[in-house]
Amino acid sequence: MPQPASTPPGVIRNFCIIAHIDHGKSTLADRMLQVTGVVGERQMRAQYLDRMDIERERGITIKSQAVRMPWAVDTTYILNMIDTPGHVDFTYEVSRSLAACEGAVLLVDAAQGIEAQTLANLYLAMENDLTIIPVLNKIDLPSAQPQKYAEEIAGLIGCDPADVLRVSGKTGEGVPELLDRIVAEIPPPVGDADAPARAMIFDSVYDTYRGVITYVRVVDGSLSPRERIAMMSTKATHELLEIGAISPEPAPTQGLGVGEVGYLITGVKDVRQSKVGDTVTGERRQAAQPLGGYHDPRPMVFSGLYPIDGSDYPILRDALDKLKLNDAALIYEPETSGALGFGFRVGFLGMLHLEIVRERLEREFNLDLISTLPNVSYDVRLDDGSELEVTNPSEFPAGKIASITEPVVRGTILAPSEFIGAIMELCQSRRGTLLGMDYLSPERVELRYTLPLAEIVFDFFDALKSRTRGYASLDYEPSGDQEADLVKVDILLQGDTVDAFSAIVHRDKAYAYGVQMAGKLKELIPRQQFEVPVQAAIGSRVIARETIRAIRKDVLAKCYGGDISRKRKLLEKQKEGKKRMKMVGSVEVPQEAFIAALSQDGSGAEIAKSKK
Amino acid sequence: MPSSFPPGDPAPPDGSLPASALQGMPQRPFSVYLHVPFCRVRCGYCDFNTYTLPELDDDGAPQGYLASAHAEIELAARVLRPADPPPVSTVFVGGGTPTLLPATDLGSLVAAVRERWGLAPDAEVTTEANPDTITPAVAEQLAGAGFTRVSVGMQSSVPHVLRTLDRTHDPAGVAGAVQALRDAGLQVSLDLIYGTPGESLADWRASLDAAVALGPDHVSAYALVVEPGTRLHGQVRRGEVPAPEDDDEADKYELAEEVLGDAGYRWYEISNWARSPEHRCRHNLAYWQGADWWGVGPGAHSHVGGVRWWNVKHPRAYADRLGQGLSPAHAREVLGPEERHDERVLLGVRLGDGLPVEDLRPDGRRAVAGLVADGLLEGRAAVRAHAVLTLRGRLLADTVVHRLLV
Repeated sequence: MPQPASTPPGVIRNFCIIAHIDHGKSTLADRMLQVTGVVGERQMRAQYLDRMDIERERGITIKSQAVRMPWAVDTTYILNMIDTPGHVDFTYEVSRSLAACEGAVLLVDAAQGIEAQTLANLYLAMENDLTIIPVLNKIDLPSAQPQKYAEEIAGLIGCDPADVLRVSGKTGEGVPELLDRIVAEIPPPVGDADAPARAMIFDSVYDTYRGVITYVRVVDGSLSPRERIAMMSTKATHELLEIGAISPEPAPTQGLGVGEVGYLITGVKDVRQSKVGDTVTGERRQAAQPLGGYHDPRPMVFSGLYPIDGSDYPILRDALDKLKLNDAALIYEPETSGALGFGFRVGFLGMLHLEIVRERLEREFNLDLISTLPNVSYDVRLDDGSELEVTNPSEFPAGKIASITEPVVRGTILAPSEFIGAIMELCQSRRGTLLGMDYLSPERVELRYTLPLAEIVFDFFDALKSRTRGYASLDYEPSGDQEADLVKVDILLQGDTVDAFSAIVHRDKAYAYGVQMAGKLKELIPRQQFEVPVQAAIGSRVIARETIRAIRKDVLAKCYGGDISRKRKLLEKQKEGKKRMKMVGSVEVPQEAFIAALSQDGSGAEIAKSKK
Repeated sequence: MPSSFPPGDPAPPDGSLPASALQGMPQRPFSVYLHVPFCRVRCGYCDFNTYTLPELDDDGAPQGYLASAHAEIELAARVLRPADPPPVSTVFVGGGTPTLLPATDLGSLVAAVRERWGLAPDAEVTTEANPDTITPAVAEQLAGAGFTRVSVGMQSSVPHVLRTLDRTHDPAGVAGAVQALRDAGLQVSLDLIYGTPGESLADWRASLDAAVALGPDHVSAYALVVEPGTRLHGQVRRGEVPAPEDDDEADKYELAEEVLGDAGYRWYEISNWARSPEHRCRHNLAYWQGADWWGVGPGAHSHVGGVRWWNVKHPRAYADRLGQGLSPAHAREVLGPEERHDERVLLGVRLGDGLPVEDLRPDGRRAVAGLVADGLLEGRAAVRAHAVLTLRGRLLADTVVHRLLV
């Protein structure tokens, strides 16, 4: 069997699997590991390659990995399966995974048809000139409609419906045939074995014991153990402590040659020193040109994270520092809120990224957090010509604004055609512009919209799901900026601005936000000893007002011998409750009111969790 | 007494008390509470520890109860003997419906108390009574048995309100009961409830007017509290009747103060008004002033020298414990200095005489000025170094307590 570092490129096939969440990618990968003999029956566990708890529970793959599998046809071939993250927030990581491959398996659930995210990734793969092998999965399901969806796929990629393979990840049916097709159709990698080494980083993971593990695809030359390597974007050099391949557990090798996929360990402790998309070369014989396509991850969505118990602030800081080691896209800086105390302004790739980070902080570090309403980054130009970037409503300048630009995305929505009207109405209300519409089949339609990102981070996905009875799927990618008429709406309690509730919204929606927030707070804030006006204002102009009437009675009228112990214990409990009150001016606001007022009914993470 | 107990520590099976609790007992007033856990019907709002005879499935329950109550009085006498308690200054028989028992039976309990500890010469001896259990003969018997005062469960004078409360008495009968008690030389207190679902402000005014017209010595007026586990709680939860509303109850409290005040009654505790200082209920004042009392009966609470305990609730369990010579105490708590301070403030500030400011911790003393400024404490009383609630402060007494206990 060809060994790493001495495998002729001609027998190598590098591929990835493009699939929607729940369409069975991990199960299919499990079967491939078994069919190729890489994992024996006894070591097999479900979703072998998904490592993190959150991944396994949500059924999503956040971090990609690469597995080397032998497959004998006329000779023994080496198949490198490169796992791709399946979500919109990780488009850049997906693009790097695709760039490490020559082919892609397009995996579609035979009972559900193609989904928006799959379509977006398919387009990305086609743009990268990858060979596409179309596959329908779950053909064992009684509800499978292979003929119908084969035609849909054939229409999309321009093949014959008969060319669409039919497999069952569950039973293993069709999996050997799929491996044969991969060998037959996906071209072998091509590179210059004698050139200086160039390897592309397509993933970078922090491991507590080993430090950062960097996953690479060698394009030119070779890497060998104990040589020094250089990162071309930073010029930083590292000693190569270990080089190896995964099959299915990591094992050191004599190196990696042209077209091979494996991992490097250099002892660095922070994934920022080993960035996805960067090119690895040898220190002594450096390549002149890096491989193309590298850029730094850019946060798109910002939110303030605050510990509910203020004394947890140092724990939150340490927790973010730890998560950062494994998440090159995570950025944050300390922030102070009059209402919420000390916390951090955190930038995320998108809503799912936000949800995952928040969930990991709460689960792995046992923190209780409040997150402020998510917002995007705005470029504000002032009358005097100066410009500033606003990632927090509190930075929004008062007056003298010449123009504001906001990020927009190109959104793709796939849905049954009966919902076209509902979707158009929703997108219209979210300031969307229709770019085009195509029928994938008589029953399914693809709608393309330009939408402000700010409108998507605010419960868009929930609204979409509820208007389409859960049948619509959404994908989006950044597509530049646009000028917009935006204002900051402040919420005032008893005349004091509550910074945590300020929001930057379109002028047409300012009133709706103000009314909604003032109404929510009226319900959530307990009555005080005095009347408390709740106002929404743009600058000094009040646009909505509610009143929390003064409390008149709090006393239980009866307090005799048998009530005394109970009454005292209630008092002690209330005293504890007082500690969880935040003072806004002279108004006591319970933590719970902040949490409830700031919670959207659902969030972007639903994109990942949703099942039809 | 509430249906659910606070959490507590185990109580010793022999009922013994720590020496610290017994110390100084002769110098403190001592009261006895007797709990009679029987009613003819269970009212929908009531979460007191009481049972109807069919519930107990035991027609002999009242007689068994009497024997057990006498046994507990004997146990109390044994436990307290080393402390040399003073003569009992007040006795209160509550329920339940004490007057479901013959007056002679109630009298036998009072006699046992007198026999064990003696009654102070001016002792106040009260029983609760449903209006429809009071006849001239019963009133005479109660007076003869040593009772000095009867607290009548009038609740309301409005038929639909009484119906919602499941009270079975005829409102017209209250006058006769009051007259009978008065003729027997007994002091009369009327209990009223406001905030019953469906009760209008006019209904409440009618009840207050009716109570005042009967010329009682004392009036208690409680806001209806919908307690979990009651039938009324279920009805509110299911939306069959509206939940009591704080603002409505505040209006009704203010109306009570107005009507009772105009008729010459003065508040001396948040829910209690008396025709004169001599007519205040001294037994209840004992609770609020931290006196010692022994509570006899199923579910009864006691307090002696900073130790609070409470008995097992069910009459049968209660009888079983005493039958085995054991204390019926279910659990107890020994209060620390912080807890005793909190209780003193919690209870004292609800009194018309108020709380001496010197009883407060320094932070609490500093809070007094702010509470006066907010209209919750009387400025004139504060000058005399007493924390006395204003009318507004009485309605917001919990807020005041929180601020005094910072």
